[in-house]
Amino acid sequence: MTPSNINHHLTDAVLLAYSAGTLPEAFSLVVACHVSLCPQCRSALDGLEAMGGAVLEQTETTALSGGALAATLAKIAKDPTGSPAKSYRKSSFPSPLQDYVGGGPQSVKWRKVGGGVKQAILATDKTASARLLFIPAGTAVPDHSHNGMEMTLVLEGAFSDEVDRFARGDVEFGDEDLTHTPIAEVGTDCICLAATDAPLKFKGIIPRLLQPIIGI
Amino acid sequence: MTQPSACAFVPERAESSVYTRGEAIVKRPEEPKPRSDEWTLCLLRVRDTQDQAAFVQLFNHFAPRIKSYLMKGGGSDTLAEEATQEALATVWQKASLFSPVQASASTWIFTIARNKNIDAIRKQKRPEPEELDWIGDKEDDASVALETSQEESGLRLAVSKLPQAQRTLIERAFYGEMSHSEIAAETQIPLGTIKSRIRLALERIRHDLAREK
Repeated sequence: MTPSNINHHLTDAVLLAYSAGTLPEAFSLVVACHVSLCPQCRSALDGLEAMGGAVLEQTETTALSGGALAATLAKIAKDPTGSPAKSYRKSSFPSPLQDYVGGGPQSVKWRKVGGGVKQAILATDKTASARLLFIPAGTAVPDHSHNGMEMTLVLEGAFSDEVDRFARGDVEFGDEDLTHTPIAEVGTDCICLAATDAPLKFKGIIPRLLQPIIGI
Repeated sequence: MTQPSACAFVPERAESSVYTRGEAIVKRPEEPKPRSDEWTLCLLRVRDTQDQAAFVQLFNHFAPRIKSYLMKGGGSDTLAEEATQEALATVWQKASLFSPVQASASTWIFTIARNKNIDAIRKQKRPEPEELDWIGDKEDDASVALETSQEESGLRLAVSKLPQAQRTLIERAFYGEMSHSEIAAETQIPLGTIKSRIRLALERIRHDLAREK
């Protein structure tokens, strides 16, 4: 195992909600991608799932119907192996993201949002939204704050803002208290996966007018 | 319900080998330790020999618990019954993917029940992390299973020693009764201490695996 260079991890609360299965799909996608890149959070998730196993062990029992075992064995006889595991190409996109994009960065259907910044909204349920952001090297994303919770995972390149520097695998959390201007590092274009449960609020008048149109 | 435990073949006190992959096996006298859990051994039999009797034991133990869990998740009796049967069928179908290095049977089966809760009861999708390539050495699985189940029973002990209020919070979280923001607002959940116990153990096992690679 190579030592991980990731400095910004998932919070305990997010990992617990994911292991319990209660996180909205868009956030679950960010968690699944970060865990794919981060052995430390994968171990933490394993530990939490072991707690889930312990909770299941001590759950009270509810009787099944008389024919339940026979019905289950019949399901198995009909389909002994289930659906085969999917295969993925090696890419900077972890496999859970490839499921949404249909491949790696080349498969993304980008839409321009101005200033060289591009985005692609991913198809998730409406409880929260997920999108990919492409920020050209050296470019700033307009000053913005957040209504609800936002999680941004860096997949390629790196950006810096008022908080810190974020590179591949790092996750930045935003909420009502964070107003920031992320700037992609010079040298490499930055691709991020971001999930939010509310639209972003931009500070300047022009971005605010554009916001309903560009959808970020 | 107590089932005859045909799968429990690990003796209570025996000389155990300390597991260090790629190096000489170190012997040490066994301290009194929990047995490798019988459900993991049943699941290994299902995986390796498609043992139907072992599957029936897993079914009898887990299906009534999964049904309760799915009803807590909002499923009606009929829907929970159907989803429970599907979850147990998945246990058989996916058994080839089970690795006792990663989890005990109850943990692995919990993740299947949870995913069934998401797709069959709540009708949502769940993105899953990339699978790790475990280097399969099935002959070692019984001893690895022992190590995993010892780690997990240490974890359970830690959970059982928590004050009642904290244990209730953990249960409510896993029964889907708390949203992420409720969990985040709840500072009483002592995740750090619990996690660090198992995290260290799992990282050590992974490190051993990586060295062999």
